[in-house]
Amino acid sequence: MKVIEIKNLTVEYTDVKAIDNVSFSIDENDFLGIIGPNGAGKSTLFSCMLGLNEQYSGSISFFGKNIRESKKYLKYIGYVPQRPVFENNFPATVREVVRMGLREKSNEGKVDKVLQDVWIHELRHKRIGELSGGQLQRVFIAKALVGDPKILILDEPVTGIDTQSTELFYGILKELNKKQKITIIWSSHDLDAVNRLANKVACLDKTLFFHGISEKFFNDEKLVKKYSEASMQKHMHHHVET
Amino acid sequence: MTLEIFSYDFMQRAIISGIAIALLCSVVGLFLVLRRYSLFGDAVAHSSFGGIALGLLVGIYPLWTAYIISLISAGIITKIKQKFDISGEASVAVLLSSGIAVGLILISLSGGFSVDIFSFLFGSILLVSTEDTILILGLTGSILIVILLLYRELIYSTFNEEQAKVSGIPVEKINYLIVFIAGITVVTSIQLVGILLISALFVIPNVTAIMYGRSFKQTALLSISFAISAVIIGIIISYLFDITPSGSIVILSLVFFGGTIGLKSLGLINKSKTLKKLSLSNNFVND
Repeated sequence: MKVIEIKNLTVEYTDVKAIDNVSFSIDENDFLGIIGPNGAGKSTLFSCMLGLNEQYSGSISFFGKNIRESKKYLKYIGYVPQRPVFENNFPATVREVVRMGLREKSNEGKVDKVLQDVWIHELRHKRIGELSGGQLQRVFIAKALVGDPKILILDEPVTGIDTQSTELFYGILKELNKKQKITIIWSSHDLDAVNRLANKVACLDKTLFFHGISEKFFNDEKLVKKYSEASMQKHMHHHVET
Repeated sequence: MTLEIFSYDFMQRAIISGIAIALLCSVVGLFLVLRRYSLFGDAVAHSSFGGIALGLLVGIYPLWTAYIISLISAGIITKIKQKFDISGEASVAVLLSSGIAVGLILISLSGGFSVDIFSFLFGSILLVSTEDTILILGLTGSILIVILLLYRELIYSTFNEEQAKVSGIPVEKINYLIVFIAGITVVTSIQLVGILLISALFVIPNVTAIMYGRSFKQTALLSISFAISAVIIGIIISYLFDITPSGSIVILSLVFFGGTIGLKSLGLINKSKTLKKLSLSNNFVND
């Protein structure tokens, strides 16, 4: 069953196309890894899907309904940003931040359950600004999960986080997909992790140059090479510019 | 002598109104401070100066015109910020000076400064009437009920607007709500400390409480405690030493703030540990 369908999506900023005519669909319980070099349009794609950017042509449908018509689909979405931006001295405990994601006030017990599920229950009384990067990402995934999402969208969630925390984070994602049957859409630069975790891959570089079964992508040396070259060129270009 | 002052009707009204205003300013101010909107109270207070001058000129009770003008100003400031990509502090600065300018022209037209104007500029809590006290209590109760009902929406959109939007919270409407609530709070508070000192009530108890508080609720309760203590002690001191209550209330708030800074400098509040961890988090966030 298709949960998301994107048709002919194009996003243009003052004559520069950030996304060019992208179409694909995501099935229920998919674990989709979206890969692509910096500036490939991954974050732009997410901002359109989340209703934060409405300056696009084409259509995006969640559960068969165009998201331009209603924002009700957002109650089924959990979102974990690339970098959780907030005031460092914001006076809120981990538990209070996770509770922000709670949609039903009566569901208070759910807060402690998700804190345990992502291994941060012992941090619940800590002030949010006192946590490490890895702990923060688990707080934000707990905040996303407490609202009982059917779909979890994660935008390069492990950027700047140490290897041990990253592996713990990946373990949590895998369990959410397998046991809780949550559809996961996850952008990443980590090809090895995408190969290990995702059952589907979308390869984006403004246009979509691959979408399908993960094994098919990683077994096709030409595709992997093409992705790696595109990534390397963008990386070099970025370095020359900076 | 100290207990005797509570037997006067005017003093009872002053203390009851003062406690209500302190409670309101602390709670509303915490949202403003965390949204980096600390000077918003000042800007709306200055624009309400124009409203007060207008009321005096046309013969309407000045606080009514101040309420109307401050709500319009709060709406304009938010619209400018949202639509024209002007920073919050710049739009606050524009409103701050324009309110005073309009007020000065209207005062000139009405024959110059009077005692009434000075009481609005510097506060006159000892002169609040029974009707004023009822109005202050009614507004405080109503605003606190709205805040309690929309607590999740208010705290979430203050913490991170983008995340709140993705969770389906109507962030733009909440932004308007918070500035309208702040506008009403500012005009209600003018009687306590006056237009010129209003932001002290919004900002000082909250920045003091943030240094102690671990959770949002704890910080709000601490801020309320600092503000109410400053108001009660400030009013008593003003009576005992025959000085203006607004000045003593704000000075007492500053004493609490200075004391907290001192305790932190001496390491008596868990500062070093917190700072170390904060800098780690800061590095991550600013990567």
